[in-house]
Amino acid sequence: MRVARVIPCLDVTEGRVVKGTNFVGLRDAGDPVELAARYDLEGADELVFLDITASSDNRDTTVDMVHHVADQVYIPFTVGGGIRTLEDARRMLRAGADKVSVNTAAVERPELIEEIAAEFGVQCVVCAIDAKRVSVADRPWTPGDGWEVYVHGGRTPTGIDAVGWAAEAVRRGAGELLVTSMDRDGTRAGFDVELTRAITDVVNVPIIASGGVGSLQHLADGITDGGADAVLAASIFHFREHTVAEAKAVMARAGITVRPPSSADFGGTGPIA
Amino acid sequence: MTRPLVAVLDYGIGNLHSAQKALERGGADARLTADHGLIADADGVVLPGVGAFGACMDALRRCGLEQPAVDAAASGRPFLGICVGMQMLFTASDEDPDAQGLGVIPGQVMWIPPGPKIPQMQWNVLRLTKPDDPMFAGLGDEPWFYFVHSLHGVPDDAPIVAATVEYGTTLNAAFRLDNVFAVQFHPEKSSRPGLALLANFVGICARSGPTDVANREVTA
Repeated sequence: MRVARVIPCLDVTEGRVVKGTNFVGLRDAGDPVELAARYDLEGADELVFLDITASSDNRDTTVDMVHHVADQVYIPFTVGGGIRTLEDARRMLRAGADKVSVNTAAVERPELIEEIAAEFGVQCVVCAIDAKRVSVADRPWTPGDGWEVYVHGGRTPTGIDAVGWAAEAVRRGAGELLVTSMDRDGTRAGFDVELTRAITDVVNVPIIASGGVGSLQHLADGITDGGADAVLAASIFHFREHTVAEAKAVMARAGITVRPPSSADFGGTGPIA
Repeated sequence: MTRPLVAVLDYGIGNLHSAQKALERGGADARLTADHGLIADADGVVLPGVGAFGACMDALRRCGLEQPAVDAAASGRPFLGICVGMQMLFTASDEDPDAQGLGVIPGQVMWIPPGPKIPQMQWNVLRLTKPDDPMFAGLGDEPWFYFVHSLHGVPDDAPIVAATVEYGTTLNAAFRLDNVFAVQFHPEKSSRPGLALLANFVGICARSGPTDVANREVTA
């Protein structure tokens, strides 16, 4: 049985969650532990923390944050952003992260994926791919219409074909791919399901669709039309437009198997933390 | 009641932190340890594991924990294997055919049959073949747990399977062999059901601890 996962994504800087998080009754809207516990209670299957700390000098606070989250929240979580070396990955995993996601550094030096996978296993290496549509008309060097990999938070085009890079990342040991459409990110127009479909067609590891969610139906579309195994969203959850439980109800009505949110209530009524 | 001492075998692999913390939440005095004396004295022993079978077996040997693990499993004290920790209890694994397992559970660890995506990286619902096992107490008929694995255990003695899961085909998800309980899923990452299962283990450790054994002899 294939069970689709719903994954809220939290942006953090220097150990604090940033961007709006309109949970009612939080003591501290920026506390990653408190937020993670709330999402757990709602039925989130995993969490992604994206470290947007500008300076790598301040990453120690992120390691501390990972430690606190791992102490108190018992669902899997991934840490991405600024993982440039095996040592960066090691610190996050030792602090209690279940997976690390690599992006720019892996494009620049794909051996990084192999190094992390060799030490910790392929299951803890997520390759994040930021991709933007390109056409032959725009870029004569492309063999056909497709998607180009962008790095540095989506600012820098690489000339690399996203579908080809996805296949290489998996070959080198990525156990999962987090695929973000740069065209859709922030538009609320829905996932680029053709992008996720193009990638699921060439790899046999789980794919997380990301970028563009504006409604709960979009989450369902990512699974049914995009062929993704998991869907990632930030703003629709943070601003309390929708809960994870509502997302799962819509997905279930679309015929998608999800872990029932009620199972998250098992054995208690309050957040674990 | 004093907190039962639970030794979580520390052989230098990935994330053992969550398992230890979750056991403490379940009421244990849980220690990450490679100390033979502490392991021998513990009320219960947990063998976690993540990554590849051969690498984990190598690390376990390098830390001198192979024999203590086997002894603990044979001691009659509650013993819990988690994920690759569960797989290492088997005789051998198709993942690393040259690596020998601990042989506590006679059988072979085999690849998930072709079809679905590998690894299975998702929550999935258990079908309990031993619903009365005390490890499943209070979990309901269809508890959900988080799985990350590419192989699963196939014991020589099929009746020791305590739970299965559907993923392309039926995979074995939990095993009960006397004092040894072993799970393919990650209870320490399975939110409330996972914490409840670990609390059940801690409770079993408390009941089978030295104090209780003495009482039992008196009343018998």
